[in-house]
Amino acid sequence: MRTLILLLSFFAATATAGENQIFLKDRPGKNLVVAQCAMCHSLDYINLHATILDRGGWEKTVGKMINIMGAPINDADKQVIINYLAQNYGK
Amino acid sequence: MVDRRHFIKKSAGSLAALGGLALLQRSGLTVATGAEEATLMDALPGKEALIKKTFRPPNYETPINYFDAPFTPNNRFFVRYHHAVIPDVNINEWRLRIGGDAIHTPMELNLEQLRKDFKQVEIAALCLCSGNRRGLFQPHVPGVQWGSGAMGNALWRGVRLKDVLARAGIDKSALEVSLAGADSGVLPTTPNFVKSLPLTKALDENTLIAFEMNGEPLPHWNGFPARLVIPGWTATYWIKHLNALNVISKPFDGFWMKSAYRIPKDRFPSGQFSSQETETAMPITEMVVNSLITNLEDGQTLSNSKSIEIKGVAWDSGNGIARVEISTDGGSNWQQATLKQDYGRFSWRQWQLDFEPKHPGAYRIMARATSHSGESQGLEPIPNPSGYHHNAVQNITIQLV
Repeated sequence: MRTLILLLSFFAATATAGENQIFLKDRPGKNLVVAQCAMCHSLDYINLHATILDRGGWEKTVGKMINIMGAPINDADKQVIINYLAQNYGK
Repeated sequence: MVDRRHFIKKSAGSLAALGGLALLQRSGLTVATGAEEATLMDALPGKEALIKKTFRPPNYETPINYFDAPFTPNNRFFVRYHHAVIPDVNINEWRLRIGGDAIHTPMELNLEQLRKDFKQVEIAALCLCSGNRRGLFQPHVPGVQWGSGAMGNALWRGVRLKDVLARAGIDKSALEVSLAGADSGVLPTTPNFVKSLPLTKALDENTLIAFEMNGEPLPHWNGFPARLVIPGWTATYWIKHLNALNVISKPFDGFWMKSAYRIPKDRFPSGQFSSQETETAMPITEMVVNSLITNLEDGQTLSNSKSIEIKGVAWDSGNGIARVEISTDGGSNWQQATLKQDYGRFSWRQWQLDFEPKHPGAYRIMARATSHSGESQGLEPIPNPSGYHHNAVQNITIQLV
């Protein structure tokens, strides 16, 4: 419970309380994914699409976030993010 | 930056459920996603618990048992946002700005003027997300994996959009009215959620700027202090926290019209929106005829008895529901349900049937609505890339023991 309270107070200003209970798979690229994606939206969007998007789908989605939604992600980071999502949350 | 701190009301039970989900995810045993995702109940501030789809932006659907009432309670009404910055609107500072290149006298109205200067009207209308039931499409398509609860029926009070626009004076060059609200993306580079309506729909006598819902001010999460109500059209046009209307002489070309919320042309019996159509695609507009069983779930076991009540709701784009037929044998035989009180052609219609089973066992229950225009539900949804307009006949199995 103490850990939960600490977590809640740490994230309270930037995110909703519930979304701090979302944990992504601890694999290479995770920190970058959390930093870039959670800037604009909760990470449950990722698990929501895990059985839906294959690598091509994730490439398209990440591309949309950059080109249409204006996410400031450079090409190198974009590849890391796509690889992480395709490998860990790909169809 | 707006403080988006959420004081989420949670029972010990739902905290435990959250912890369990997190543990599963950490162990790599991720729960199935899509429509089969584990149900997570969560309450936004000022709301009772709803089914959480995404936390931020908040997307929450209503459990279907709340659809047993003619009007969906405000505190259980679904919540759908595209962007995460949702300001608490200060009533004293809120203004509705009316402008555009096809308006004669640009103006601003405060809430008091909006309420007092125009005739108030009330209308019962179903608010239905374009992607309701997206999670039921096979194969799955990307987007929020909604079940059947991204909708709600309410009594809306407000003023007619045509009366407000008339005061500012519409030029004869007017083609569309663009609609914008106060919510926005986190980054300044994210395109605001701006939609447009064809002038004819904007001037329809049923199109309202609403400030009350079921006799109370709009809840924060449903658009306080004012939102558009476009009866018969899907909720993508029902802009919340409305703050700008522009009457324009050229088609609005923002992302949310040109690229999002579009359907293949000529695949659905949809209304026209000629200024936004291409050879192959058009914006989603009118709802399609549909129905939902609200008191039984697939796989449910009930005690066998002389009479089993089957009830639900049915709706369409405003032609009105002519009949609802129920099958209890997987589609071989159909009988008509009783339609309950009619609250107007844009409201959903409740229906009811007493089924008298002859023996215990498994029964496949189906519901099929037909509108006054003769449109009916098919056995399969009509495929489309974004998963809109899912209106396949429901097919659920119950066990009587």
